[in-house]
Amino acid sequence: MKKDNNDKNNLMLNKKLSRRDMLRLAGVGGVGLLLGGGAIGSLLASDKKTTSNASTILSQDQDSIPFYGAHQAGIITPSQNFICFAAFDVITDNVSDIRKMFQKWTTASATMVSGSLIGNVNDNPNLPPSDTGEAAELSPSRCTITFGAGPSLFDARFGLQNKRPPSFQELPPFKADSLEPEWCGGDLCVQVCADDLQVAFHAIRNLARIARGTAVLRWTQEGFQRSTQADPKATTPRNLLGFKDGTANPNVTDSKLMNEVVWSQSVDGTAWMTGGSYMAVRRVRMRIEVWDRSTLKDQEDTFGRHRHSGAPLGSKDEFDSIKLDALDATTGKPVIPSNSHVALAHGDGSIQMLRRSYSYSSGLDLKTGQLDAGLLFISFQRDLQKQFIPIQQRLANNDKLNEYAVHKGSAVFACFPGTTEGGFIGETLFGGI
Amino acid sequence: MNLRYVVPASLLISSILFTGCAKNNAESALNTSNTSEAVATNATNTDPSTSTSSPDLQTAIDQYRTYVIEQCDLFVKETEKFTTAVKAGNLDEAKALYAPTRMYYERIEPIAEALGDLDPNIDARDGDVDPSEWRGFHHIEKSLWEVGTTKGEEAVADQLLKDAQLLRAKVETVDINASMLVTGAVELLNEVSSSKVTGEEERYSHTDLYDFAANVEGAAKIYELLKPELEKKDADLEKDIGERFASLLKELEPFKVNDGYISYEKLQEDQIRKLSQTLDALAEPLSNMGTILGV
Ligand code: HEM
Repeated sequence: MKKDNNDKNNLMLNKKLSRRDMLRLAGVGGVGLLLGGGAIGSLLASDKKTTSNASTILSQDQDSIPFYGAHQAGIITPSQNFICFAAFDVITDNVSDIRKMFQKWTTASATMVSGSLIGNVNDNPNLPPSDTGEAAELSPSRCTITFGAGPSLFDARFGLQNKRPPSFQELPPFKADSLEPEWCGGDLCVQVCADDLQVAFHAIRNLARIARGTAVLRWTQEGFQRSTQADPKATTPRNLLGFKDGTANPNVTDSKLMNEVVWSQSVDGTAWMTGGSYMAVRRVRMRIEVWDRSTLKDQEDTFGRHRHSGAPLGSKDEFDSIKLDALDATTGKPVIPSNSHVALAHGDGSIQMLRRSYSYSSGLDLKTGQLDAGLLFISFQRDLQKQFIPIQQRLANNDKLNEYAVHKGSAVFACFPGTTEGGFIGETLFGGI
Repeated sequence: MNLRYVVPASLLISSILFTGCAKNNAESALNTSNTSEAVATNATNTDPSTSTSSPDLQTAIDQYRTYVIEQCDLFVKETEKFTTAVKAGNLDEAKALYAPTRMYYERIEPIAEALGDLDPNIDARDGDVDPSEWRGFHHIEKSLWEVGTTKGEEAVADQLLKDAQLLRAKVETVDINASMLVTGAVELLNEVSSSKVTGEEERYSHTDLYDFAANVEGAAKIYELLKPELEKKDADLEKDIGERFASLLKELEPFKVNDGYISYEKLQEDQIRKLSQTLDALAEPLSNMGTILGV
C-alpha cells in the first residue's frame, strides 16, 4: 500500500510539477538544469526515496507535504512556522451541497499544497481569476490543509444525527472557562499550516471563497512559532511565556503509539472516522503583563519545569522523565509542585495526547490596553472523553497556570481520515448520501 | 429633442477621462455615442469585449437601456416631489419621500457613477467631497433627520432636481455594452457590501435597507436580461445565481414593513452578518457572468 501511495504521489508531482520544482529537484539530484520531458520521469524515480505518504514523517528540508494519504496531513506531520485556522458554519440545508463543497475543497487543497494555482480560469480578462494569486510562484512551504467536522454538524439539519460518534460532543464547561461565543464552535474546521504566512492565508481565503453560498466563516485565528530559519536545529519551540512547549509529546514516528493515542480505530465503533482523529482547539489568552512581573521561581513552579533547559524541576535534561514523587530535602515538599501544569497534565502518565499548538498575537484588548496574545492550543487524540476532557478537568480545577492564562475560545472537531487521488476528504461521511 | 446637442461632447469626453482613474471596469467599457472617433477606438482597443456583442446580447443591452431610462424618468419625477416637499417646508412628507425616491437612483447607480461628477453631486456623503462642494440627497438628509428641519435646504433641493435632470439627459447618450452590464451587476452588489450593509450610507435616516434592496434589484434586472445567454453558456452558473438571488431576497423579506424597510438601527449584529454573507454568496457566482463574453 505504501508503494502504491508513493506512485500516486509521483504521478501527482509529475502533473503539477512547476518550473520551480524542477529546478529544486534538479538541484537535489545534481542533474543539469536543462531537462527534456523524458528526464523528468527518471528524475522522479531517483527521487522516490524522499517521497513518502502524508502519514510518515518527512525530513525538515522537504518543502512539500503530500495531500493524499491514509491520514490527513497536518496532524502527525511536523509543525510548520505558521497556522491559519478557520471555523466555518454551514448555511445550506442540503447535505449534497456539503459533499460538493468537500469535493471542490479537496481538489483545490491538493493543488495548493503542491504550489500550483487553482482552477483553470486564470487569464481570461472578462472573469475574476479562479486563484486569487497571492501565492503564485511561491514554494509549497510544507503547506498542509486539515479538515474536520464539529458536533453541530450532526444536529437535525442534515439528517446526520446517527452518524455522530457516540463520544463526540461539545466539551462540558470547565471551572476556569471564560469563553466568548465569537471564539467558539463551528460546523466545520480548516487548519492550514505552512512555513509562509502568505501561503497559509492564501489557502484559507480560497477555501472560504469556494465555500461561499454553502458555508461561511465563523471565526479565524492566525498563529506562529519560532521559524525554522531562526531555529535551524528545530529544537522544541517556546511559547509566549518563554517555556519550551511540546517536550513530552508522544513520538509521532512510533506508528503503534499513534494508533493508540491519535488515530481513531475501527474498534472504536465509528467506521467513517477510522484513520481520523479528534481535535480540541482552545484559544487561551495569556495574562502577559501579569506573567512578566512574576519571579523566575514562580514561573518555573507554575510549569514544573526549568525555563532555560526545559528540564523537569530537579532534573538536568529537557527530555528527562518527570518524577512527581521526588521530595525536596529541606522542605519535604514535592520538587515538582503538585499544582504545577506538568504535574497535573502528566498525572500518572496513563493519558496522552498529541499537542500541535501555535502562539497567537491579535493586537490589543482595547478595553485594558493589554496585549491579546496567548496560545492557540490544539491537540489531537483518539477519544476526547478519554483524553482531552479528563486532563483539562484536572487543569481547570487546580492548575497554577490559571493565574496567568484564561480560556477564551473552544471547539472540537472530528478530523476525517485521509483520501487518495480521485476521492475526497469527508467521503466516508458524505459519500453515501 | 436630440439630447446630443444638449450636452457638449467635450464635457462628456473629459468626464470619462476623469472617472477613468478613480473607477475601473464599467468606465473602461463605457463610451458615448457622440464621442470622437479617437476615444471610441481607444476604448475598443483596450477592452476587446466591447465591440463583440453577439446579436443575442444586443437584445439584452437594448432592454437594459430601456430600463435605465425608465428608472431615470421615475427618478426625476420622484425627486421633483421630494424637493417640492423640502421647499414647501413639509418635513414629514420630505422624510417619507426621501428613501423611496433614492431607490430609482440606486438601481442604476453604476451608470450614474460612470457619468463624471453626477454621482458625487447627487449622492456624496458628508466628508466624501470638499465641504464647500457638498450637496445632494445626503445634505438634505442631515438637515431633515439631524436638525429636524427643511429650512436652509431650499437651494440644495433646487440644485438636486437640476442634477437629476442632467443625469436623465446624459444617460441618453451612454453607449451601453455587454461588458458594462456584467461589471455593473457586480458593482451594484459591491456597493451593498461596502456601504449599505454596514449602515454607512444613510447615517442620519438609517434607511440603508432601501438602498440595499434597490442595488440588489438593479443587479437582478441585469441577471434577468442576461439569463437566456447565460443559460446557453453555463446552465449551472445560471441556476446558482438564480438560487442565490432567491435566498438573498428571502433574507431581506422579514425586514419589510408596508412599502418600505425597517430602520438599519433595528437590525441585530447577527442579522447584519447574515445579510452580508448571503450577499457575498451571491456576488461570487455573479462575478462569473462575464463568461458570456467569451475570452
Ligand atoms: C496557555 C495554555 C498552555 C500552556 C502555555 C501550556 C504549556 C505547557 C508546557 C510549557 C508544558 C511542558 C513541556 C511539554 O511537555 O510540552 C506543557 C505540558 C503539557 N500540557 Fe500544556 N499548556 C497549556 C495548556 C494545556 C491544555 C489546555 C492542555 C490539555 C488539556 C495541556 C496539556 C498538556 C500536557 C498533556 C502536557 C504534557 C505533560 C506531560 O506528560 O509531561 N496544556 N504544557
